[in-house]
Amino acid sequence: MDDYETAETLDVKGQNCPMPVVKTKQAVDGLAAGDVLEVLATGPGSMSDLGGWADATAGVELVDQREGEDVYTHYVRKTDQ
Amino acid sequence: MSADAPGTAEAGDDVPSRAELAARIDELEDALADATDTAENDAGKMSIIATKGTLDMAYPPLILASTAAAFGYEVTVFHTFWGLDILHEERSKELGLSAVGNPTMPVPNLVGSLPGMDRVTTRMMERRIEDNDTATVEELIETSLEMGVEFQACQMTIDLMDYDEEEFYDGVTTGVGAATAIRDMADADIQLLV
Repeated sequence: MDDYETAETLDVKGQNCPMPVVKTKQAVDGLAAGDVLEVLATGPGSMSDLGGWADATAGVELVDQREGEDVYTHYVRKTDQ
Repeated sequence: MSADAPGTAEAGDDVPSRAELAARIDELEDALADATDTAENDAGKMSIIATKGTLDMAYPPLILASTAAAFGYEVTVFHTFWGLDILHEERSKELGLSAVGNPTMPVPNLVGSLPGMDRVTTRMMERRIEDNDTATVEELIETSLEMGVEFQACQMTIDLMDYDEEEFYDGVTTGVGAATAIRDMADADIQLLV
């Protein structure tokens, strides 16, 4: 059902603002264009924060966000700027 | 009139040819593409002035600086007066929270003014930071430095308050003053005083 494969998973469960966004940015920097990063977070604020970050930041796009029972999973693709 | 003739001829000469217009359009399209590229790749600049050295007031500039860096902003944080303590490697780990003057604290001002109460409220906040897995001031500074945030320490207040520059975190810029801060603010898209 997915049209993408996850290149790497970043686990920021339990961590608080601003670390999920900051660590996602650092992880994306280490990927190749086209790669998708899976981010596992526990804060409900990560839905808005990671979405807003991906929206306003060059070189990344938000592929998907999933709200689980305790874990919010985000998929971010690195683009060609 | 003879004066009209050269005028008319001149106006005729000013009309650009089709080729000249095409060249001008190409030139403008290139310039527009460059400008759009820059706008897309460079989120812009943010300049923060950090003037406070309490535990609660150290967080906003550090959280905003590291987050803006994650957005691609070029960030400078100019630390002055008590804000210098945030850059001081030892003192940044011992920032305190005042027990008085804060109406949201669960301590009446009269009790808060007793000796040792600042220590109590600081410990309380430190424990909450730990329990909530909120980053420490030190972690936020290290992370921000890794992400290219420039921390500047105001030279006038370094001298005024007798700081030893060697005691700041590695990577902190010293030897800067208000003019540097103003230049950064003039260039910046976001300017904040904390």
